[in-house]
Amino acid sequence: MVNLEADLTPGESYTQPTREHALELLHGMLRIRRFEEKAAEVYSLGKIRGFLHLYIGEEAVAVGAMQAIGPDDAVVATYREHGHALTRGIPASVLMAEMYGKVTGCSRGHGGSMHFFDASRRFYGGYAIVGGGIPIAVGLALADKMLNQRRVTACFFGDGAVAEGEFHESMNLAALWKLPVLFLCENNLYAMGTALERYQSQTDISLKARSYNVTSMAVDGMDVLASERAARQAAETVRETGAPFLLEFRTYRFRAHSMSDPDLYRTKEEIEKWKQRDPISTFEHRLRDRGLLTDSDLSRIESEVALEITEAVEFAEAGEFEPVEDLLNDVCTPRPVQPNVSGR
Amino acid sequence: MKDAMTAVTKMTYREAIRSALREALRTDSRVFLMGEDVGRYGGAFAVSHGLLEEFGPERIRDTPLSESAFVGAGIGAALGGMRPIVEVMTVNFSLLALDQVVNNAAALRHMSGGQFSVPLVVRMATGGARQMAAQHSHTLEGWYAHIPGIKVLTPATVPDAKFMLLAALREPDPVFIFEHATLYSMEGETDDSAPPLDFTKAAVRRQGSEVSLITYGALLWKTLEAADELKKAGIDAEVIDLRCLRPLDIETILSSVSKTHRAVVIDEAWRTGSFAAEVSAQIMEGAFDDLDAPVARVCSAEVPMPYAKHLEDATLPQVSTIVEAAKRLF
Amino acid sequence: MAKFVMPTLGADMTEGKLLAWRKKVGDFVHRGDIIADVETDKANIEVEVFATGVIETLVLEPGQKVPVGTLMAIIRQEGEPAGAEEIPEAAPAKKAVCEKVTAPPAPIPTAPPAPRPEGERIRISPAARKAAEELGIDPAAVTGTGPGGRITLEDVQRSATAKAAPVAKPEAVPAKPEATPAGITADRYARMRQVIADAMARSKREIPHYYLSTTIDMTRALDWLTEQNTKRPIEQRLLYGVLLVKAVALALHEVPELNSTWINGLVVKSPNVNVGMAISLRQGGLIAPALLKADSQSVDELMTNFLDLVKRARAGSLRSSELSDSTITVTSLGDQGVETVFGIIYPPQVALVGFGKVTERPWCVGGQTVSRRVISASLSGDHRVTDGHRGGVFLAAVDRLLQSPEKL
Repeated sequence: MVNLEADLTPGESYTQPTREHALELLHGMLRIRRFEEKAAEVYSLGKIRGFLHLYIGEEAVAVGAMQAIGPDDAVVATYREHGHALTRGIPASVLMAEMYGKVTGCSRGHGGSMHFFDASRRFYGGYAIVGGGIPIAVGLALADKMLNQRRVTACFFGDGAVAEGEFHESMNLAALWKLPVLFLCENNLYAMGTALERYQSQTDISLKARSYNVTSMAVDGMDVLASERAARQAAETVRETGAPFLLEFRTYRFRAHSMSDPDLYRTKEEIEKWKQRDPISTFEHRLRDRGLLTDSDLSRIESEVALEITEAVEFAEAGEFEPVEDLLNDVCTPRPVQPNVSGR
Repeated sequence: MKDAMTAVTKMTYREAIRSALREALRTDSRVFLMGEDVGRYGGAFAVSHGLLEEFGPERIRDTPLSESAFVGAGIGAALGGMRPIVEVMTVNFSLLALDQVVNNAAALRHMSGGQFSVPLVVRMATGGARQMAAQHSHTLEGWYAHIPGIKVLTPATVPDAKFMLLAALREPDPVFIFEHATLYSMEGETDDSAPPLDFTKAAVRRQGSEVSLITYGALLWKTLEAADELKKAGIDAEVIDLRCLRPLDIETILSSVSKTHRAVVIDEAWRTGSFAAEVSAQIMEGAFDDLDAPVARVCSAEVPMPYAKHLEDATLPQVSTIVEAAKRLF
Repeated sequence: MAKFVMPTLGADMTEGKLLAWRKKVGDFVHRGDIIADVETDKANIEVEVFATGVIETLVLEPGQKVPVGTLMAIIRQEGEPAGAEEIPEAAPAKKAVCEKVTAPPAPIPTAPPAPRPEGERIRISPAARKAAEELGIDPAAVTGTGPGGRITLEDVQRSATAKAAPVAKPEAVPAKPEATPAGITADRYARMRQVIADAMARSKREIPHYYLSTTIDMTRALDWLTEQNTKRPIEQRLLYGVLLVKAVALALHEVPELNSTWINGLVVKSPNVNVGMAISLRQGGLIAPALLKADSQSVDELMTNFLDLVKRARAGSLRSSELSDSTITVTSLGDQGVETVFGIIYPPQVALVGFGKVTERPWCVGGQTVSRRVISASLSGDHRVTDGHRGGVFLAAVDRLLQSPEKL
């Protein structure tokens, strides 16, 4: 019921992270950044087809938030989920291969960029329908509660999803039945090409939680430390109370909505202004200022990331396509029935 | 009431479903029922009457009017290890949840490369014939049967009402069960000692040699009546109850048509793009040389269901129209 | 060297137009810099470069519209970090797999139909059934070439063409009034004519015909016939035509090549001698049903069968085997006053025997000139299968056989 306004200025408010942890966060964000850049490159060469939605500029949200999510928790995300999948620990190679459409991809080439899944890491997708994954997150939390599993379902979605009925139905249901859902709204101020103030009568998203009796908080999504702190706080609350929580990250995407989007609805000035708050470069500066990051640290991280990405592309290039004969496998589960083991 | 000597019990269709629900809830702690008014109200069609008292609010969950959220939650709960039974009050309201059905329930397995199964059961009341007018009388089983990744069942008899639900709960993939609203009070018998018929198989409810009358759901009963009428007119009709629309038991259909050489498909849905059209196409494909006449269809007239009784009657398939359609093939 | 190509920026983008270069030759560019403005169907896009280095060449001119993947510029890379490598070209083998993958999946077989009771049902398409009805063909005897042995429209039509023969008039059956052919509609007649036309044109186009003729002394044969007919009731009397048919049938034993069929370059000797008899129909049009196994029938049997054929031909109730199974055709135009017939062979047969009218002619026997009743017998032969020598042997045999009519 309490609506906490977090500190929205870049984070002096967070206590000193250890050097190790700080470098980990930086590494995580750089991994996403370079992966997305490479994805854009190979997309323009026709290796990735269909839609590609880049997370560039929003890295602090996935990296920060996922610090609060344990391996036993569940993650539901959107079609802009590369950052979340990488941070969850799904190898860049199988994600790249998935986008190449190869059978070695995380979804055997059936899903592509918008439908990453990993059962072993409780990563439940990858949804192309805005708001489509939110009820599923509610259901996963419901199962946990009914099975007495003390864990959290993290549900990422954008500001656009907040306009969909499914968001409201889900918030209401999660609050009513007191389900451990961590609703994580990545507010990048645009629902595809329409600005928040043009489609929302009430633009304060975290305020909407009040109508459902859900605790909420807003945080600077360009600050990885602030994002981490807020996420840990929110997740703790969910774990302790078993009740849902809405955490709004105020962030911005530097690239267009997708590779096909000519980005005509934003001004260059606006984009440049937000680029001044690039989560990676601002974090780098802060770490340097505190003596937590040296040049050689950075170049080591960059090389490691570069190698990881190169290998990911090689892996994707080398992968085979699923034989057409297998097209109809996995439409249904083969009979006879295997018992559905929880947490498979 | 149960016959003391055997496992045969007389009951209504709704009681049969309730009996299956009870058995499932008792024997598998992962099973739970959720939907609008399934608890306190006892179910819009009184199917779940008494279950809240017996199993409590954790297992029998009244939901808000949020079809999309609670069908989606059913999917999530199934992914998370439960065996949810979601009751969507009627197929008319299920339209609000179609996104979750088509884009999630049906697709998750294939889309994820086979990583997930969604063992979800969704039950819905369906059909017209009770003067419920245009928004409460739909027959949309054919729309669901169109979607790969799910199963679609249409129990028309009391034993099927019971056993199909129990069988559906053993399926690893989503199963949609359509209960025609006019059947709930129908009386019949269940026999617990009889091995249940595989729910993917069609049943020959009446043997015949001159025309195959193929149908599903409540229209089975009108079709059987029509077969009696036809017999008086000298035409020996075979009646097939499809029972399961997806997967379709085409073998039973073709076997019948190869014997009778004539077929009429009876479907309460609107004629254009109806499930009957699919059955007709498959008969043409598989039994072309066995046909002595084109496959006929008896479906609803292409009109939003009218309220006035005589208009509703004129819209829906009737015994007389089924008989006529069959006679025209000779 | 790094290549900068026209990027694809959306699933449906196939080409782009370079509007302007943002950089020039010699400029240093960083990975991620905007290098050009490109126009697509939807919008103008700023395009980034993925390599770091110096622009060596700008290949395209502003205003050029090129397909996606076309080389636009070359960048000379200097000490770039490992991540900015060129993307390797896909190996051709993988490309093939990719193309294979995009091929539509094989159709899902439907469950096979349950087995039908044996011998009960003919597999015939509705179109074929309708045509068979109209052409007076019994489907039971048509061989189906469609899937699963189904009789197709073509099968019925082929069966119908087998019955047509070149110009003919019915063998005179004076005792019988010309019955109106039952069930032959104008429509059917038109179709029949078309079928004959097609067959005849094809025959002339494909078969290299040669023609031989001879004159046969029919005295013995006709005398024998007269004698035989005095012993028979009217309805069993023989016509001389059956003697001709029998002679032809037996002569084929001596030159069996003339009793073959030619199909796609293969000569297949027919086991039976089925002599097609040209019968013309009241409303026009021809039919040439076969007297099956004519060589093994007695002249009486031949006569009976011939009469029956004519009757059924006119009633439109011939069996399709009678229409499709002729191995050779005999046409007799004596009634028209024709002396010699130069007929067109009916494929896939390889020969046609024609007979003219019986005329009284001067004939030399033992140095004396006498009057004899003679008939001209001609052979049209398919030169791919036989030559004049064999044809001559055949005609000589027919002649010889007709000199001993009691042995026919």
